[in-house]
Amino acid sequence: MRRKKEIPLEHAPEITVTVNGTIVTRRVPARRHLIDFLREELGLTGSHTGCEHGVCGACTVRVDGRIVRGCLMLAVQADGRRVDTIEGLSDSGELGELQEAFHRRNALQCGFCTPGMLLAAQDLVAGHPDASRSEIREHLSGNYCRCTGYQAIVDAVEDVLAARRKST
Amino acid sequence: MKAPPFAYVRARSLGEVFDLLEHHGESARLLAGGQSLLASLNMRLAAPELLIDITHIAELSGIEVRGRKIRIGALATHAEIQRSAEIARHLPLLSQAAPHIAHVAIRNVGTFGGSLAHADPAAEWPACCVVLDAQFVLRSRAGTRRVAAREFFQGLYATALRPNEILAQVEVAATGTNWRSAFVELSRRRGDYATVGVAALARKSARGVLSDLRVAFLGVGPAPALARASMAALEGKRVSADTIAAAGEALGQDLEPSADLHAAASTKLHLARVITGRALTALAA
Amino acid sequence: MDTTNSGYVGKSVPRANARRLLQGRGTYVDDLRLPRLAHVVFFRSPHAHARLRKLDLAAARTMPGVIAVVDGAALAPYCKPWVGVLGHLKGIKSPPQHAIAIGRACWQGEAVAAVVAETREQAEDALEKIEAEWEELPVVVEMKDALSGRRVIHQELGDNICFKRELDTGAVDEAFAKADIVVEETYDFGRHTGVTLEPRSILADYNAAEHTLTVYHATQTPHMMQDIFSRHLDIPEGNVRVIAKDVGGSFGIKVHVYADEMAAAALSVMLRRPVKFVADRLESFISDIHAREHTATVRLACSKEGDILAFDLDDLTGIGPYSVYPRTSGIEGNQVVNLTGGPYKHQQYRAKMHVVFTNKNVTCQYRAVGHPIAVAITEAIVDLAAAKLGMDPAEFRRRNLVPDDAYPYTFPSGLKFEKLSHHQALDRLLELMDYKALRTEQAALRAKGVYRGIGLAAMIEVTNPSPAFYGVGGARISSQDGATLRFEPTGTITCLVSVTEQGQGTEGAFAQVAASALGVSIDRVRVVTGDTAVTPYGGGTWASRGAGIGGEAVLQAGKVLRERILEVASAILKTDKSELDIASDEIVSKVSGEPRLELSELGRVAYFRPDTLPMDFQSQLMVTRHYTPRSYGFTFTNGIQASLVEVDADTGAVTLLKHWCVEDCGTVINPMLVDEQIRGGIAQGIGAALYEECLYSPEGQLLNGNLADYLLPMAGEMPDIIVAHVTTPTQTSELGAKGAGEAGTAGAPAAVMNAINDALAPFGARVTAQPFTPERILRALGKVS
Repeated sequence: MRRKKEIPLEHAPEITVTVNGTIVTRRVPARRHLIDFLREELGLTGSHTGCEHGVCGACTVRVDGRIVRGCLMLAVQADGRRVDTIEGLSDSGELGELQEAFHRRNALQCGFCTPGMLLAAQDLVAGHPDASRSEIREHLSGNYCRCTGYQAIVDAVEDVLAARRKST
Repeated sequence: MKAPPFAYVRARSLGEVFDLLEHHGESARLLAGGQSLLASLNMRLAAPELLIDITHIAELSGIEVRGRKIRIGALATHAEIQRSAEIARHLPLLSQAAPHIAHVAIRNVGTFGGSLAHADPAAEWPACCVVLDAQFVLRSRAGTRRVAAREFFQGLYATALRPNEILAQVEVAATGTNWRSAFVELSRRRGDYATVGVAALARKSARGVLSDLRVAFLGVGPAPALARASMAALEGKRVSADTIAAAGEALGQDLEPSADLHAAASTKLHLARVITGRALTALAA
Repeated sequence: MDTTNSGYVGKSVPRANARRLLQGRGTYVDDLRLPRLAHVVFFRSPHAHARLRKLDLAAARTMPGVIAVVDGAALAPYCKPWVGVLGHLKGIKSPPQHAIAIGRACWQGEAVAAVVAETREQAEDALEKIEAEWEELPVVVEMKDALSGRRVIHQELGDNICFKRELDTGAVDEAFAKADIVVEETYDFGRHTGVTLEPRSILADYNAAEHTLTVYHATQTPHMMQDIFSRHLDIPEGNVRVIAKDVGGSFGIKVHVYADEMAAAALSVMLRRPVKFVADRLESFISDIHAREHTATVRLACSKEGDILAFDLDDLTGIGPYSVYPRTSGIEGNQVVNLTGGPYKHQQYRAKMHVVFTNKNVTCQYRAVGHPIAVAITEAIVDLAAAKLGMDPAEFRRRNLVPDDAYPYTFPSGLKFEKLSHHQALDRLLELMDYKALRTEQAALRAKGVYRGIGLAAMIEVTNPSPAFYGVGGARISSQDGATLRFEPTGTITCLVSVTEQGQGTEGAFAQVAASALGVSIDRVRVVTGDTAVTPYGGGTWASRGAGIGGEAVLQAGKVLRERILEVASAILKTDKSELDIASDEIVSKVSGEPRLELSELGRVAYFRPDTLPMDFQSQLMVTRHYTPRSYGFTFTNGIQASLVEVDADTGAVTLLKHWCVEDCGTVINPMLVDEQIRGGIAQGIGAALYEECLYSPEGQLLNGNLADYLLPMAGEMPDIIVAHVTTPTQTSELGAKGAGEAGTAGAPAAVMNAINDALAPFGARVTAQPFTPERILRALGKVS
């Protein structure tokens, strides 16, 4: 047997994360993924756990400005970083245009995928203002929606891109 | 579906990583992007006692061009590589392959080194590194050694990495202007693991003759390997229906595909032939 | 909607309840937090069929945070077992099923123990400490083996046949004998499942002091579940309250009684505290119902002129080891028998159907129950007949579809159709897709080695079911729904409806109907659903019944409430009621339209100053009405779909280029909602056609029970889908709405199959086994063995 433990091991480190603009400090179990941390510790239940193996996209949140799978990141990995969720991005108004377009187009049914879908869509709107219809589909292809045929979602994103192009 | 308990350390230096690996041996796992590891932890397919987070070790990150040599840090994310103008200029094969890796949110976090060290047989980067003849820089307490990509991948999820050793960088020579590359992948849906894929690279003369051709597959065997018989069939020739057929025929010697959920071995071989033709056509274009 | 201004009906009004979902402010079961909440996880059988020799729970009980670890026998006193049979499915049989299996597991994933702990993590940690000793038993995995009866899963039942049905119009053999053309083919359908993005979720909160049970449940049927919990947990019905807040997709997955959910409720009673169960994705795949595993051989007889004479069907379906309670697993096969050949005017039909037990996960009703099978086998064999005759498939259908003036019409299987519009729908479809131009383009591309295919699929769909569906068989499932409309003092309307909302937009549609019936603006109507303590009693959401049945109840309640409001107005204004009307939130003069009284003022007087009204007048500003469809067993809808695909003959890959659907669901309350619901249904049908299949090993192990390996339709692969309507309102209700939820899923697999086979026609190749994977297409092409 190897001799272990000269460096003390931490199973529940203390982390400080800026969540939706507010600095929060918590001690979290190392094994807890970011979405469970947001949901269980902070009560931010807008991000959903759909598969917990990184496929469905319902847990999409933003870390330091980039979209990630919240179920494939530990809360401890978010220490010192900025995390933005559907709640914060709704309150700040950043998602306003997309939310309006989604509402107008009925680009959601049960709404379970919607927070993740909006974050993925906003990533496209911010980074690829000239995206074509097929590029929109491509960009959203990691976010599963069982209710719609995706078409209203693509239409809504296309509306926002078109409106932005017109206004600039 | 919650991960089993484990401890977590955010390593600040390679020295600290080596200390931890020495102390904890196989009960410790390195955590880079974690895009495969976290899924298997959540599913309780893995149960390490310790995760060593290496993502804050500066010397493992970044993409650096020194003359003709490109050094890609193990922590470079798929998205960084996809976005990199330097990569597009010097190693277009990697730019061609990057969009095939999963989806945006995963490419933002998943790392080059993590994918290579994980050595999933259906992953894109290993095959690319094999055809690019990349050198893997492996570091441990004992020092630094370099292993060619062709020797690095040894089997299903098996690599040349020794216990207590870490993949730090990958060094690749830039492919020059007379080189052509192609990456073709078939998957059931966008972003899925490849049913079969091919990375191809060759020097192309003004007359359209291919030389130094290198072709490697993903999704057909336990590890990416050069398709030597097929390459030989085309070496010094022009791409035509005949040479494509010859290369495809020779693949029978090169590949011993194993079936997966989506395709039987014979189907994989057929598809490998089809995409070889497409890749060669792209090289010649 | 003749008697009132149709107002919002027929308009694409965005639905109000989408706002909270768009901001992540919905409330799904897993979002709730209750004091002393405990979490349950299940120890599930790793084997498809095995006897439990020993189950050691001791180590698990000592784990941190653990509250209880129980096996089936320990939980049995808290929950009576059930048997999934119905009286009108003659001869159907199934063994009793317990909340937690006792002594034996019959499929991989059946739970044999439960761990309750303070957190889900702790419960899962303890789960790893349970030790089980299994004796593996022979497994029955293939349907044919089940039918042969060589190995019988439930010895006490004698064989593996859960249910069988035969139907014969009497002269089928004669029809085949005199036919000029007979075509026959066998079709296989991969077992697939619903994959709601929100997993099955339940939070049961038993209050021992009151002997009450409050269940927050991701369910389509709160009242049915109230009855189930009451009877099986032995709590008076009035003490059980089921609340379905936001539900993250259902599609029939959340309409059944699941053993693990019953166990969660029973554990809440046993432990006298709230217990939550949320299936994780891996256990969803082995415990959510599956559906559609069928092998069907169908023969079609036809004259040389192109008249279909007869259909002959032999269907076999495997349902797992239990018929699911309370709807049974016999319905899907029954529907296949009912619906096969449904759009066509032949008079001779024979069908034979067996439902067999297997050692796989249970199957039951999932969206468009039976339709995708019936439509696929019908439309594939119809195409085959047309090809054999050298007739264009559209023309062949035109010749054989039941004429639009033939109604009411009785189909040989006994189904009665009130009024369908197959020919109008076909014409509209061909025009919409520019069928002729597509055929021309197809021919031109074929010459260049590009293989495109066009597939058509006509369909009929069961909607607005009457008590004939379940009630007559003894199931305590309401086919009636109710709506209560309350006029509030501020002049707003609260609308309580027994139909539930899973995102289809039911609440939005009800708001439109209520606002239109009352003459108020839609933002004055607030709709409440999903709470047995609050809404009228009713069936909930299934079989495309929400808009047609619930909507009619809302309309009738609205019409009466309108009269009641006018009575109050008449009393206040001292004007005869016949001279008054409601328009734009005001009482107006019927003749001049001149505003007389704001509704908020009417409310103020009615509720706070009734002393100012005549002594003999009492306002009654709350109205409840119910509606049950009874004139027909089902209010059938019809429609037709088309798919345009391109097949890569080298890789077997299918690219979906475009898809069309023309549907006649009667009155369309909200085109935007209906159209995207149809598109969503089409996407699910495309999933069946191209991607989805629960793959089992010969040992009965599910091989692809995760989202990386079970392939679902994603945005990248879905085509643009054009939806149009023919509108034939049903005369069985005033609203005239039929259901729209089945159409997409019913017809898409058939349309895609026919399109692929059309593309493959130049090669003389056909595919008949869904899903049509690249490998199956390559095999059909002879490119791989």
